[in-house]
Amino acid sequence: MATIDGLPPGLILIVGALLVPLLRGRLRTAWMLVLPVVGFAHLLMLDPGVHAAVELFGYTLIQSRVDRLALVFGYIFYIAALLGVIYALHVEDKVQQVAALVYAGAAIGAVFAGDLITLFVYWELTAIASVFLILARGTRRAYRASVRYLLVQIGSGVLLLAGIVLHQAQTGSIAFEHIGLGGPGANLIFIAFGIKCAFPLLHNWLQDAYPEATVTGTVFLSAFTTKLAVYALARSFAGTEMLVWIGALMTAFPIFYAVIENDLRRVLAYGLNIQLGFMVVGIGIGTELSLNGTAAHAFSHVLYKALLFMSMGAVLFRTGTCKGSELGGLYKSMPYTTAFCIVGAASISAPLFGGFISKSLILAAAAEGHYLITWLVLLFASAGAFYFSGMKIPYFAFFAHDSGKRCEEAPRNMLWAMGITAALCIGIGVYPDPLYAILPYQVNFEPYTTMHVVTQLQLLLFSALAFAVLMRTGIYPPELRSTNLDSDWTYRHALPKLVCALTAAVSRTTAQVGSAWAAFFSSSMSRLYRYHGPQGVLARTWPTGSMALWVMILLLAYLVAYYL
Amino acid sequence: MAHPDKARPRGDKRYWLDERRNVDKIYYGLLIVCGALATAELFYEKHAHFAAENWFAFYGIFGFIACIGLVLTAKELRKLLKRGEDYYGDD
Repeated sequence: MATIDGLPPGLILIVGALLVPLLRGRLRTAWMLVLPVVGFAHLLMLDPGVHAAVELFGYTLIQSRVDRLALVFGYIFYIAALLGVIYALHVEDKVQQVAALVYAGAAIGAVFAGDLITLFVYWELTAIASVFLILARGTRRAYRASVRYLLVQIGSGVLLLAGIVLHQAQTGSIAFEHIGLGGPGANLIFIAFGIKCAFPLLHNWLQDAYPEATVTGTVFLSAFTTKLAVYALARSFAGTEMLVWIGALMTAFPIFYAVIENDLRRVLAYGLNIQLGFMVVGIGIGTELSLNGTAAHAFSHVLYKALLFMSMGAVLFRTGTCKGSELGGLYKSMPYTTAFCIVGAASISAPLFGGFISKSLILAAAAEGHYLITWLVLLFASAGAFYFSGMKIPYFAFFAHDSGKRCEEAPRNMLWAMGITAALCIGIGVYPDPLYAILPYQVNFEPYTTMHVVTQLQLLLFSALAFAVLMRTGIYPPELRSTNLDSDWTYRHALPKLVCALTAAVSRTTAQVGSAWAAFFSSSMSRLYRYHGPQGVLARTWPTGSMALWVMILLLAYLVAYYL
Repeated sequence: MAHPDKARPRGDKRYWLDERRNVDKIYYGLLIVCGALATAELFYEKHAHFAAENWFAFYGIFGFIACIGLVLTAKELRKLLKRGEDYYGDD
């Protein structure tokens, strides 16, 4: 068992990915499918505890620290990797295949990291590997989005490293354990995690980059980066009161954007941000119930968000667009995809689906802690999230007015991936016990009480009713081709404008000073020329006689003055 | 809910949802279910953490008002936030 325990979990996918370009055809397909399965089996065999510790420059680097919190995220990351691979089987692009597997492996490696330096290495690897999934789209828009994405992700890594250095200097520890706010190092680490977790105002890289990635790339992206950040926050900052407010804000304000956004994959990215907010609230409350809620919600959210991104990816793949303003009536061409999308939408919070049994833990924890305002905000977000992800996405893509678009159903591998994911969403919804059994703490929670089912159904169906009423009365704002300003406006518009204005001002001033100097110089020169030049008064050769005359005049003047 | 589908190709199969009547059926069905869910509250004992939970159909009414408010606010926000599709010149 020592060798099995000693193998760092993330390396299975990372090393395995490097062999992908060497293989061809079915062998490559089989290899990519086997890797996550082997990785998952490896997790099942691991004993809890610290393994694979290496001494380096006087620090103990722990490649494999196995505990219940890490295992939940490890399991779901491997499942997401497998589902993503199935979904992407039709893709021939080796760069994407390698990038996706390395990315998943890096995220898993980070989850099992026992020290902050190992975490940092994997943290940066997720950023570098994932950017290829955006670049591979091949458009100018994707290229520019990927550069911004990389800058933000690497920026988060740099802050993390700076935080680790300061934290080590202050406490002498590089353990990836509970840190808590306080010292400057801890605060920097908190911000680094916050960027990847898409905290309010640090969030926009997510909505900017994810919808620009390839059809299959977005499915991978939706699973790992942000949930890794949730895991890191849960590990190091559980019970930090500030996170309750940050999380509540995260659930509330992206909803408004989701309502008016036209690109349906971007709507999902806003939805992702909202669900991260739920998880962050759970971390902030910091009780066993709430942390269980965070882990459970991360698990079910990876599944149903992937399912929603898969269904929208299939639409993009077949029709070439994902814009609400151009879609509609696709249920006629893509009935299976429609059904899977509806399962994904229902999984946000409908009873018998995944989100219901996980989100409830967080809502219950907020209620038990008597966080009234937070609870109301979460309720609002629950209704709102269902409202746009659950109603808007399926409605505008598959129903609404018939766009006249007729296409083929999604490729078979995509349907398989969606089918398995949908089955898992329903599976954990109907029978949550296996999921509850792997959560970090003992679960004493019954999601299916009469009151809970009725109240949640009320919340959802009255939201659906609101949607229907607004549609029928024509009040609902139509889907319009547009860009909506978000916090990225600061660095995509305001900052470049400011820099341009400053540059212009500086160059204008330089030019003015330069021309003033030139004018001064040339006027001095011409004055000099006038008096000392060839024709200048002072350069003239005077006759000796006139000099003698002047001397005589001066002497006479002196004489006259003397006698006076 | 469905709009007249002018874009529908000719000779295309007519689906159940293409009929306006059937869309109406779904709408009225939804109304009935919502009514049933509200009245269902009268038949069980509530275990509330907050006083508001004891109000009649609190969750339903909250959800309804929240969503209407959400859309109306978002509609106003659009005036402030909406720009052309290639505002950032990425295309």
